[in-house]
Amino acid sequence: MEYFTLFVGAVLINNFVLTKFLGLCIFFGVSKNLNASIGMGFAVTSVITMSTVLAWLLYNFVLVPFGLTFLRTISFVVLIASFVQLLEIIIKKQSPTLYNMWGIYLMLIATNCIVLSVPVISVTNEYGFLENLVFAVGSGLGFALALILMASCREKLDFADVPHALKGTPIAFIVAGMLSLAFLGFSGMI
Amino acid sequence: MSLWKVFSRGIIEENPYFVLALSLCPGLAVTTSVVNGLTMGLTVWFVITSNNVVVSIIRKTINKKVRVPVYITCIATIVTCVQLFLQAYAPDLYKALGVYLDLVVVFAIILARAESIASKNGIVVSFLDGMGMGVGFTIAMIVISVVRELFGNGTLLGIPMFGPTYQPALILALPPGAFMLIGFLMAGLKMWNESREKAKQLKGSEG
Repeated sequence: MEYFTLFVGAVLINNFVLTKFLGLCIFFGVSKNLNASIGMGFAVTSVITMSTVLAWLLYNFVLVPFGLTFLRTISFVVLIASFVQLLEIIIKKQSPTLYNMWGIYLMLIATNCIVLSVPVISVTNEYGFLENLVFAVGSGLGFALALILMASCREKLDFADVPHALKGTPIAFIVAGMLSLAFLGFSGMI
Repeated sequence: MSLWKVFSRGIIEENPYFVLALSLCPGLAVTTSVVNGLTMGLTVWFVITSNNVVVSIIRKTINKKVRVPVYITCIATIVTCVQLFLQAYAPDLYKALGVYLDLVVVFAIILARAESIASKNGIVVSFLDGMGMGVGFTIAMIVISVVRELFGNGTLLGIPMFGPTYQPALILALPPGAFMLIGFLMAGLKMWNESREKAKQLKGSEG
Protein backbone atom coordinates (compact mmCIF):
# COMPACT_ATOMS: atom_id res chain seq x y z
CA MET A 1 0.00 0.00 0.00
CA GLU A 2 2.82 2.32 0.92
CA TYR A 3 4.44 1.72 -2.46
CA PHE A 4 1.14 2.26 -4.21
CA THR A 5 0.73 5.65 -2.53
CA LEU A 6 4.24 6.60 -3.51
CA PHE A 7 3.58 5.54 -7.11
CA VAL A 8 0.28 7.42 -7.46
CA GLY A 9 1.90 10.40 -5.76
CA ALA A 10 4.73 10.48 -8.29
CA VAL A 11 2.49 10.00 -11.34
CA LEU A 12 -0.41 12.30 -10.53
CA ILE A 13 -0.10 14.42 -7.42
CA ASN A 14 3.50 15.54 -7.63
CA ASN A 15 3.62 15.28 -11.40
CA PHE A 16 7.12 16.35 -12.32
CA VAL A 17 6.22 18.52 -15.26
CA LEU A 18 3.02 20.13 -14.14
CA THR A 19 3.64 20.74 -10.45
CA LYS A 20 7.44 20.73 -10.17
CA PHE A 21 8.23 22.26 -13.56
CA LEU A 22 10.98 19.79 -14.40
CA GLY A 23 11.77 18.66 -17.92
CA LEU A 24 10.09 21.68 -19.47
CA CYS A 25 12.57 21.93 -22.34
CA ILE A 26 11.57 18.50 -23.64
CA PHE A 27 7.96 19.10 -22.67
CA PHE A 28 7.62 22.17 -24.88
CA GLY A 29 10.12 21.04 -27.51
CA VAL A 30 8.72 17.63 -28.39
CA SER A 31 5.01 18.07 -27.69
CA LYS A 32 4.21 19.44 -31.15
CA ASN A 33 3.87 15.91 -32.48
CA LEU A 34 1.98 13.04 -30.85
CA ASN A 35 4.09 10.16 -32.20
CA ALA A 36 7.34 11.82 -31.18
CA SER A 37 5.86 12.44 -27.72
CA ILE A 38 5.00 8.79 -27.20
CA GLY A 39 8.53 7.71 -28.16
CA MET A 40 10.07 10.41 -25.99
CA GLY A 41 7.83 9.60 -23.03
CA PHE A 42 8.94 5.99 -22.94
CA ALA A 43 12.59 6.80 -23.64
CA VAL A 44 12.58 9.19 -20.68
CA THR A 45 10.83 6.67 -18.43
CA SER A 46 13.39 3.96 -19.09
CA VAL A 47 16.40 6.27 -18.80
CA ILE A 48 15.10 7.75 -15.53
CA THR A 49 14.49 4.31 -14.06
CA MET A 50 17.90 2.93 -14.92
CA SER A 51 19.90 6.03 -14.04
CA THR A 52 18.08 6.50 -10.74
CA VAL A 53 18.90 2.94 -9.73
CA LEU A 54 22.56 3.47 -10.67
CA ALA A 55 22.71 6.82 -8.88
CA TRP A 56 21.16 5.27 -5.77
CA LEU A 57 23.79 2.54 -5.72
CA LEU A 58 26.58 5.07 -6.27
CA TYR A 59 25.31 7.35 -3.52
CA ASN A 60 24.69 4.70 -0.88
CA PHE A 61 27.67 2.45 -1.54
CA VAL A 62 30.34 4.93 -2.58
CA LEU A 63 29.60 8.52 -1.61
CA VAL A 64 28.09 7.93 1.84
CA PRO A 65 30.70 5.42 3.17
CA PHE A 66 33.58 7.68 2.07
CA GLY A 67 31.94 10.90 3.31
CA LEU A 68 31.87 12.45 -0.15
CA THR A 69 28.21 13.46 -0.28
CA PHE A 70 29.13 17.01 -1.32
CA LEU A 71 30.21 15.54 -4.66
CA ARG A 72 26.62 14.45 -5.31
CA THR A 73 25.90 16.88 -8.13
CA ILE A 74 29.12 16.29 -10.06
CA SER A 75 29.06 12.52 -9.72
CA PHE A 76 25.39 12.21 -10.72
CA VAL A 77 25.84 14.38 -13.79
CA VAL A 78 28.90 12.48 -14.95
CA LEU A 79 27.23 9.13 -14.18
CA ILE A 80 24.07 9.95 -16.12
CA ALA A 81 25.87 11.47 -19.10
CA SER A 82 28.21 8.52 -19.47
CA PHE A 83 25.43 6.00 -18.86
CA VAL A 84 23.27 7.50 -21.60
CA GLN A 85 26.23 7.52 -23.96
CA LEU A 86 26.85 3.85 -23.20
CA LEU A 87 23.18 3.03 -23.71
CA GLU A 88 23.30 4.74 -27.07
CA ILE A 89 26.31 2.68 -28.19
CA ILE A 90 24.71 -0.58 -27.02
CA ILE A 91 21.37 0.12 -28.68
CA LYS A 92 23.10 1.15 -31.90
CA LYS A 93 25.00 -2.16 -32.02
CA GLN A 94 22.23 -4.46 -30.80
CA SER A 95 19.09 -3.07 -32.36
CA PRO A 96 19.33 -0.57 -35.21
CA THR A 97 15.51 -0.37 -35.47
CA LEU A 98 15.20 0.73 -31.87
CA TYR A 99 18.06 3.14 -32.44
CA ASN A 100 16.26 4.75 -35.35
CA MET A 101 13.22 5.26 -33.15
CA TRP A 102 14.95 6.47 -30.00
CA GLY A 103 18.46 7.52 -30.95
CA ILE A 104 17.74 11.19 -31.44
CA TYR A 105 15.97 11.47 -28.08
CA LEU A 106 18.72 9.82 -26.09
CA MET A 107 21.21 12.66 -26.44
CA LEU A 108 18.55 15.21 -25.59
CA ILE A 109 17.80 13.31 -22.40
CA ALA A 110 21.43 13.08 -21.26
CA THR A 111 21.59 16.58 -19.82
CA ASN A 112 18.01 17.09 -18.87
CA CYS A 113 16.78 18.38 -15.56
CA ILE A 114 14.17 15.68 -14.98
CA VAL A 115 16.72 12.87 -15.29
CA LEU A 116 19.04 14.56 -12.80
CA SER A 117 16.34 15.65 -10.37
CA VAL A 118 14.72 12.26 -9.75
CA PRO A 119 17.89 10.73 -8.24
CA VAL A 120 18.62 13.93 -6.30
CA ILE A 121 15.12 14.02 -4.79
CA SER A 122 15.28 10.31 -4.11
CA VAL A 123 18.52 10.53 -2.12
CA THR A 124 17.46 13.68 -0.22
CA ASN A 125 14.30 11.86 0.89
CA GLU A 126 16.47 8.87 1.88
CA TYR A 127 14.37 6.32 0.03
CA GLY A 128 15.22 2.61 0.29
CA PHE A 129 16.04 0.63 -2.83
CA LEU A 130 12.47 -0.50 -3.64
CA GLU A 131 10.94 2.87 -2.82
CA ASN A 132 13.54 4.44 -5.06
CA LEU A 133 12.61 2.13 -7.93
CA VAL A 134 8.87 2.75 -7.56
CA PHE A 135 9.43 6.49 -7.33
CA ALA A 136 11.58 6.50 -10.47
CA VAL A 137 9.09 4.50 -12.56
CA GLY A 138 6.22 6.67 -11.31
CA SER A 139 8.02 9.91 -12.12
CA GLY A 140 8.85 8.69 -15.61
CA LEU A 141 5.31 7.59 -16.34
CA GLY A 142 3.95 10.85 -14.95
CA PHE A 143 6.19 12.71 -17.36
CA ALA A 144 5.08 10.51 -20.27
CA LEU A 145 1.42 11.06 -19.35
CA ALA A 146 1.78 14.83 -19.22
CA LEU A 147 3.73 14.89 -22.48
CA ILE A 148 1.17 12.78 -24.35
CA LEU A 149 -1.76 14.85 -23.02
CA MET A 150 0.01 18.04 -24.01
CA ALA A 151 0.85 16.76 -27.50
CA SER A 152 -2.79 15.79 -28.09
CA CYS A 153 -3.88 19.30 -27.09
CA ARG A 154 -1.28 20.99 -29.27
CA GLU A 155 -2.18 18.96 -32.35
CA LYS A 156 -5.72 20.29 -32.01
CA LEU A 157 -4.37 23.77 -31.34
CA ASP A 158 -2.92 23.91 -34.84
CA PHE A 159 -6.43 24.29 -36.21
CA ALA A 160 -7.50 26.91 -33.68
CA ASP A 161 -7.54 30.63 -34.31
CA VAL A 162 -4.95 31.84 -31.82
CA PRO A 163 -4.33 35.60 -31.40
CA HIS A 164 -1.12 36.61 -33.19
CA ALA A 165 0.89 37.56 -30.10
CA LEU A 166 0.09 34.27 -28.35
CA LYS A 167 1.11 32.01 -31.23
CA GLY A 168 3.79 29.39 -30.58
CA THR A 169 5.32 29.13 -27.11
CA PRO A 170 3.02 31.56 -25.23
CA ILE A 171 -0.17 29.62 -25.98
CA ALA A 172 1.63 26.36 -25.15
CA PHE A 173 2.38 27.79 -21.71
CA ILE A 174 -1.24 28.75 -21.16
CA VAL A 175 -2.41 25.26 -22.18
CA ALA A 176 0.16 23.79 -19.79
CA GLY A 177 -1.28 26.05 -17.08
CA MET A 178 -4.73 24.59 -17.65
CA LEU A 179 -3.41 21.02 -17.60
CA SER A 180 -1.62 21.88 -14.39
CA LEU A 181 -4.89 23.22 -12.96
CA ALA A 182 -6.51 19.87 -13.77
CA PHE A 183 -3.68 17.98 -12.07
CA LEU A 184 -4.06 20.21 -9.01
CA GLY A 185 -7.40 18.48 -8.54
CA PHE A 186 -5.58 15.22 -7.76
CA SER A 187 -3.93 16.73 -4.70
CA GLY A 188 -6.90 15.86 -2.50
CA MET A 189 -6.71 12.17 -3.40
CA ILE A 190 -4.39 10.96 -0.66
CA MET B 1 30.20 43.77 -32.99
CA SER B 2 31.05 46.28 -30.31
CA LEU B 3 31.70 45.10 -26.77
CA TRP B 4 28.72 47.05 -25.46
CA LYS B 5 26.51 45.20 -27.91
CA VAL B 6 27.90 41.85 -26.71
CA PHE B 7 26.88 42.78 -23.18
CA SER B 8 23.54 44.42 -23.84
CA ARG B 9 21.99 41.92 -26.26
CA GLY B 10 21.40 39.47 -23.41
CA ILE B 11 19.15 41.93 -21.62
CA ILE B 12 16.29 42.37 -24.08
CA GLU B 13 16.83 41.27 -27.69
CA GLU B 14 18.26 37.90 -26.76
CA ASN B 15 16.87 37.66 -23.26
CA PRO B 16 17.79 34.09 -22.30
CA TYR B 17 14.49 33.51 -20.59
CA PHE B 18 11.74 35.15 -22.62
CA VAL B 19 13.24 35.20 -26.10
CA LEU B 20 15.63 32.25 -26.28
CA ALA B 21 13.23 30.36 -23.95
CA LEU B 22 16.02 28.27 -22.46
CA SER B 23 16.14 26.90 -18.91
CA LEU B 24 12.52 27.47 -18.09
CA CYS B 25 12.10 25.42 -14.93
CA PRO B 26 13.69 27.80 -12.39
CA GLY B 27 11.51 30.71 -13.48
CA LEU B 28 8.40 28.76 -12.61
CA ALA B 29 9.60 26.81 -9.64
CA VAL B 30 11.45 29.23 -7.39
CA THR B 31 9.72 32.51 -8.19
CA THR B 32 7.03 32.34 -5.51
CA SER B 33 8.97 34.97 -3.54
CA VAL B 34 11.30 37.75 -4.65
CA VAL B 35 14.15 36.60 -2.39
CA ASN B 36 14.15 33.09 -3.90
CA GLY B 37 13.91 34.41 -7.45
CA LEU B 38 16.72 36.88 -6.87
CA THR B 39 19.00 34.23 -5.36
CA MET B 40 18.39 31.94 -8.32
CA GLY B 41 19.06 34.80 -10.72
CA LEU B 42 22.33 35.73 -9.02
CA THR B 43 23.42 32.08 -8.86
CA VAL B 44 22.90 31.65 -12.59
CA TRP B 45 24.60 35.01 -13.24
CA PHE B 46 27.67 33.92 -11.29
CA VAL B 47 27.80 30.42 -12.78
CA ILE B 48 27.33 31.51 -16.39
CA THR B 49 29.97 34.25 -16.17
CA SER B 50 32.61 32.17 -14.42
CA ASN B 51 31.95 29.19 -16.65
CA ASN B 52 32.29 31.34 -19.76
CA VAL B 53 35.63 32.64 -18.49
CA VAL B 54 36.95 29.18 -17.54
CA VAL B 55 35.88 27.62 -20.84
CA SER B 56 37.38 30.53 -22.76
CA ILE B 57 40.72 30.07 -20.98
CA ILE B 58 40.94 26.32 -21.58
CA ARG B 59 39.23 26.31 -24.98
CA LYS B 60 42.42 25.54 -26.91
CA THR B 61 43.36 22.53 -24.80
CA ILE B 62 39.99 20.76 -24.99
CA ASN B 63 39.68 17.91 -27.46
CA LYS B 64 36.63 18.63 -29.62
CA LYS B 65 35.19 15.16 -29.06
CA VAL B 66 34.94 15.41 -25.30
CA ARG B 67 34.05 19.09 -25.06
CA VAL B 68 30.52 18.66 -23.72
CA PRO B 69 31.54 16.46 -20.77
CA VAL B 70 34.35 18.93 -20.02
CA TYR B 71 31.91 21.87 -19.99
CA ILE B 72 29.49 19.97 -17.77
CA THR B 73 32.22 19.09 -15.29
CA CYS B 74 33.30 22.76 -15.14
CA ILE B 75 29.71 23.87 -14.55
CA ALA B 76 29.12 21.19 -11.92
CA THR B 77 32.24 22.28 -10.03
CA ILE B 78 31.16 25.93 -9.97
CA VAL B 79 27.63 25.00 -8.93
CA THR B 80 28.95 22.84 -6.10
CA CYS B 81 30.96 25.84 -4.84
CA VAL B 82 27.80 27.99 -4.85
CA GLN B 83 25.89 25.23 -3.05
CA LEU B 84 28.49 24.95 -0.31
CA PHE B 85 28.58 28.76 0.02
CA LEU B 86 24.79 29.05 0.37
CA GLN B 87 24.65 26.09 2.72
CA ALA B 88 27.15 27.79 5.01
CA TYR B 89 25.89 31.40 4.92
CA ALA B 90 22.19 31.15 4.01
CA PRO B 91 20.88 27.71 5.03
CA ASP B 92 17.22 28.82 4.77
CA LEU B 93 17.64 29.90 1.18
CA TYR B 94 19.51 26.70 0.44
CA LYS B 95 16.53 24.72 1.71
CA ALA B 96 14.01 26.87 -0.17
CA LEU B 97 15.79 26.41 -3.50
CA GLY B 98 16.27 22.70 -2.82
CA VAL B 99 16.68 20.52 -5.87
CA TYR B 100 16.57 23.47 -8.28
CA LEU B 101 20.03 24.54 -7.14
CA ASP B 102 21.39 21.16 -8.25
CA LEU B 103 19.67 21.63 -11.55
CA VAL B 104 21.63 24.77 -12.42
CA VAL B 105 24.18 22.24 -13.71
CA VAL B 106 21.95 21.16 -16.57
CA PHE B 107 20.53 24.56 -17.49
CA ALA B 108 20.64 24.63 -21.25
CA ILE B 109 21.48 28.34 -21.31
CA ILE B 110 24.82 27.87 -19.56
CA LEU B 111 25.90 25.02 -21.82
CA ALA B 112 24.63 26.87 -24.89
CA ARG B 113 26.72 29.97 -24.13
CA ALA B 114 29.81 27.87 -23.41
CA GLU B 115 29.38 26.07 -26.72
CA SER B 116 28.40 29.02 -28.92
CA ILE B 117 30.41 31.91 -27.40
CA ALA B 118 33.09 30.90 -24.92
CA SER B 119 34.57 28.09 -27.00
CA LYS B 120 35.17 30.47 -29.91
CA ASN B 121 36.00 33.84 -28.33
CA GLY B 122 38.56 35.43 -26.05
CA ILE B 123 38.17 36.05 -22.34
CA VAL B 124 36.81 39.61 -22.57
CA VAL B 125 34.01 38.78 -25.01
CA SER B 126 33.09 35.61 -23.11
CA PHE B 127 33.04 37.49 -19.81
CA LEU B 128 30.82 40.27 -21.16
CA ASP B 129 28.49 37.78 -22.82
CA GLY B 130 28.14 35.90 -19.54
CA MET B 131 27.45 39.15 -17.67
CA GLY B 132 24.80 40.21 -20.19
CA MET B 133 23.05 36.85 -20.18
CA GLY B 134 23.23 36.80 -16.38
CA VAL B 135 21.66 40.25 -16.11
CA GLY B 136 18.92 39.27 -18.55
CA PHE B 137 18.19 36.10 -16.63
CA THR B 138 18.17 37.89 -13.26
CA ILE B 139 15.80 40.54 -14.59
CA ALA B 140 13.45 37.83 -15.83
CA MET B 141 13.51 36.14 -12.41
CA ILE B 142 12.81 39.45 -10.64
CA VAL B 143 9.91 40.40 -12.95
CA ILE B 144 8.19 37.04 -12.53
CA SER B 145 8.73 36.81 -8.79
CA VAL B 146 7.59 40.40 -8.14
CA VAL B 147 4.28 39.75 -9.91
CA ARG B 148 3.78 36.39 -8.23
CA GLU B 149 4.65 37.56 -4.72
CA LEU B 150 2.77 40.85 -4.98
CA PHE B 151 -0.51 39.43 -6.26
CA GLY B 152 -0.27 35.84 -5.11
CA ASN B 153 0.69 36.65 -1.56
CA GLY B 154 0.07 40.39 -1.14
CA THR B 155 3.65 41.06 -0.04
CA LEU B 156 6.90 42.35 -1.47
CA LEU B 157 10.14 41.05 0.06
CA GLY B 158 7.94 39.79 2.89
CA ILE B 159 6.39 43.19 3.68
CA PRO B 160 2.57 43.41 3.31
CA MET B 161 1.70 45.89 0.55
CA PHE B 162 -2.08 46.10 0.38
CA GLY B 163 -3.15 46.07 4.04
CA PRO B 164 -5.04 43.32 5.86
CA THR B 165 -8.22 43.42 3.74
CA TYR B 166 -6.45 42.23 0.55
CA GLN B 167 -7.49 38.80 -0.66
CA PRO B 168 -4.45 37.27 -2.39
CA ALA B 169 -4.97 35.77 -5.84
CA LEU B 170 -3.78 32.36 -4.74
CA ILE B 171 -3.63 30.96 -8.26
CA LEU B 172 -0.51 33.02 -9.00
CA ALA B 173 1.35 31.35 -6.16
CA LEU B 174 0.33 27.90 -7.43
CA PRO B 175 1.82 26.10 -10.47
CA PRO B 176 -1.02 26.82 -12.99
CA GLY B 177 -0.74 30.56 -12.40
CA ALA B 178 3.00 30.40 -13.00
CA PHE B 179 2.55 28.73 -16.40
CA MET B 180 -0.11 31.21 -17.52
CA LEU B 181 1.75 34.28 -16.24
CA ILE B 182 4.86 33.30 -18.20
CA GLY B 183 2.75 32.65 -21.29
CA PHE B 184 1.34 36.17 -21.12
CA LEU B 185 4.70 37.78 -20.30
CA MET B 186 6.26 36.07 -23.33
CA ALA B 187 3.42 37.26 -25.55
CA GLY B 188 3.85 40.80 -24.23
CA LEU B 189 7.58 40.84 -24.89
CA LYS B 190 7.03 39.39 -28.36
CA MET B 191 4.60 42.21 -29.20
CA TRP B 192 6.99 44.81 -27.84
CA ASN B 193 9.95 43.44 -29.81
CA GLU B 194 7.86 43.32 -32.98
CA SER B 195 6.64 46.88 -32.64
CA ARG B 196 10.25 48.01 -32.09
CA GLU B 197 11.31 46.16 -35.25
CA LYS B 198 8.52 47.86 -37.17
CA ALA B 199 9.52 51.28 -35.86
CA LYS B 200 13.12 50.60 -36.91
CA GLN B 201 12.02 49.59 -40.42
CA LEU B 202 9.86 52.71 -40.77
CA LYS B 203 12.76 54.89 -39.70
CA GLY B 204 15.01 53.09 -42.19
CA SER B 205 12.63 53.61 -45.11
CA GLU B 206 12.19 57.30 -44.33
CA GLY B 207 15.96 57.90 -44.03
